[in-house]
Amino acid sequence: MDLAYSPEEEEFRAGLREWLAKVLPTLPPKPSPDDWPARRAYDLGWQRTLYDAGYAHVHWDASPTVRLIFLEETEKAGAPYVGANFVGLLHAGPTIAAEGTAEQRARWLPPVLRGEEVWCQGFSEPGAGSDLAALRTRAYRDGDDYVVTGSKIWTSHAEVADWCELLVRTDPAAPKHRGISWLAMPMDAPGVTVRPLRTLAGSTEFAEVFLDEVRVPVTHRVGEENDGWRVTMVTLSFERGTAFVGEVVACRKVLGEVVAQARANGRWDDPGVRRRLGRLNAEFRTLWRLTQWNVSEAESSGGVPGVGGSVFKLRYSRARQELYDAAAEVLGPEGVDLGRPWVLDRLSSLSYTIAAGTSEIQRNIVGERILGLPKG
Amino acid sequence: MQRGVRGLLARRFGRDALREGVDAPRVDRGLWRALGDAGFFSLRLPEAEGGVGLGLPEAVLVFEEAGRALLPGPLAATHLAAGVVPGAATGETVVTTVAGGGLVEWLDEADVVTGDATGAVPVRSVDPLTPLHRVPEGSRSAGPDGLLVLLTAAEQLGTAVRTCEAAVQHARTREQFGRPIGAFQAVKHLCAELLVRVEVARAAVYAAAVTADPVDIAAARLLADEAAVRGARDCLQVHGGMGFTWEADVHLCLKRAWVRAERGGSVTDSEETLAGELLTEVH
Ligand SMILES: Cc1cc2nc3c(=O)[nH]c(=O)nc-3n(C[C@H](O)[C@H](O)[C@H](O)COP(=O)(O)OP(=O)(O)OC[C@H]3O[C@@H](n4cnc5c(N)ncnc54)[C@H](O)[C@@H]3O)c2cc1C
Repeated sequence: MDLAYSPEEEEFRAGLREWLAKVLPTLPPKPSPDDWPARRAYDLGWQRTLYDAGYAHVHWDASPTVRLIFLEETEKAGAPYVGANFVGLLHAGPTIAAEGTAEQRARWLPPVLRGEEVWCQGFSEPGAGSDLAALRTRAYRDGDDYVVTGSKIWTSHAEVADWCELLVRTDPAAPKHRGISWLAMPMDAPGVTVRPLRTLAGSTEFAEVFLDEVRVPVTHRVGEENDGWRVTMVTLSFERGTAFVGEVVACRKVLGEVVAQARANGRWDDPGVRRRLGRLNAEFRTLWRLTQWNVSEAESSGGVPGVGGSVFKLRYSRARQELYDAAAEVLGPEGVDLGRPWVLDRLSSLSYTIAAGTSEIQRNIVGERILGLPKG
Repeated sequence: MQRGVRGLLARRFGRDALREGVDAPRVDRGLWRALGDAGFFSLRLPEAEGGVGLGLPEAVLVFEEAGRALLPGPLAATHLAAGVVPGAATGETVVTTVAGGGLVEWLDEADVVTGDATGAVPVRSVDPLTPLHRVPEGSRSAGPDGLLVLLTAAEQLGTAVRTCEAAVQHARTREQFGRPIGAFQAVKHLCAELLVRVEVARAAVYAAAVTADPVDIAAARLLADEAAVRGARDCLQVHGGMGFTWEADVHLCLKRAWVRAERGGSVTDSEETLAGELLTEVH
């Protein structure tokens, strides 16, 4: 396990730190979680700032270690999250980069990097969640277009997205994994209706998307027709492999703040509380090491992050929920006051064992693809 | 080195040797000298002193192998005595120590004890492969040595790996309701969590071996104990009635894991070490 960084990597870190210290105080105040247009503007603005400083493409063409340093330092400094840029930078973008034609890369990638366009991910459907390949949104060819009808659900950022990476069924007769295609759909196309859904945290983080005979040019298909499942798997392994670096850093920061709070309100004198927080320290410093380790493995194999991401996600998602539970214990009666820090985060953390593949599905993946156990 | 030790243990300490020890626990002196020749004990001694000149990161790898094989004997105490107690480095001298909670392993077999074992009385050890004594309250020293705790964590990791392999192997081959039990999610998911705990413990142990930091060692200890103890319990569950027998090896994993978990001293102390660090760390 390699915990040391090269001089070039340390130089990158130092330069980034210096830049963050200069630029962060100049950012506008964070918008309210309910104001989506303002959130879009804020998130795109941050991406533009990164672009102008030469950091925009770190997610894509930097080495895994440099990416790790980038996510670590931006998180430590309290820089904005990827936010509405998430799908563009971490799902659709990498997929287009890997599977798209030269024209498609030229059309869609630069606006993501420059913070001009927002993407959303239209995979899940009411009848296709964990069993994603059961999706039924239908697309048939009509001249140079696909005509798409169906509905998507849990689509994050749909309200403010310009594009949707959409999975559609192009061959209903084929076995379910073989009849799927990947399309880039403009969200302002006629026939697209977005109905926001309110999460248990109170804000509208995702939406239902209804598609009624939406015309999408055939040139917007990435990958071959009916090869969308394979194309999608590239995206999902990105999601599970690299998405959590910043979050682990964030957890360590929160843990430190919870300790400060416990000292301030006297809860620290309770050995039970100290022991619980001590355990969480073991948990998160180890998850951080595991992250570094996964990154250096990715570095030496040069590949797309693999199923090891499932091992990580299983432990991390539970640990993060435990962190906010411990924070609630430290807060005591204030833990039910939405005005206090972490209470909203505690609510949001409930999605971690569901989104991007539930914990049960991750255990299936670990059991079947890593341990070689038979399918049920 | 890791492969060498793995090969040596596979040849010299297979299942028969393990089960023989259950009935008549002893330190196999020939095997210890062979381990000595392979550099198991002298691994961290400088080459000038007849050692291998490697460090903790390599040491934890060979201790992981020993833990995987369930190799009995005061391995960590002897390793730590290399260069201090004559003959420890070559495996001629078997060295034990007074560890956490005043427990002393293999006192009757050992040639040398580090620490004060005066007045030690025999304990009916839960692990048939680890004879135990315990020194009276008054003469116990403070906390156990950090390196002893780390090497123990590496052994726990190895045993956790063994329980994971055994559970998966059984889940693949045992059939009920016309299919391998590993096809049932309740069983598959136990196996998946076994692996998750192994990989988390591995990251903790390997990282602590690089830094040798007391806080990292405390983390490694807690996570490796968890991986070994819970791993053995889940492995037992996957084995059904077979898991509850003396004949199956699962109980040997669990009992060794329990005994080793005591070596590291109080769990509370480890947790407090980790908690205390949160006050100082710059986040
Ligand atoms: C905050 C959030 C944001 C999201 N954003 C997006 C997005 O932007 N785009 C998008 O396409 N999707 C998104 N999703 C959807 C997410 O991917 C799905 O919710 C998830 O895959 C689970 O599908 P489901 O909700 O239909 O639950 P189901 O699949 O119905 O699962 C219900 C329960 O059954 C269990 N279960 C199902 N199948 C099995 C099985 N084979 N073995 C064992 N247990 C099983 C599950 O683990 C779960 O506990 C988001 C979800 C959340 C919570």
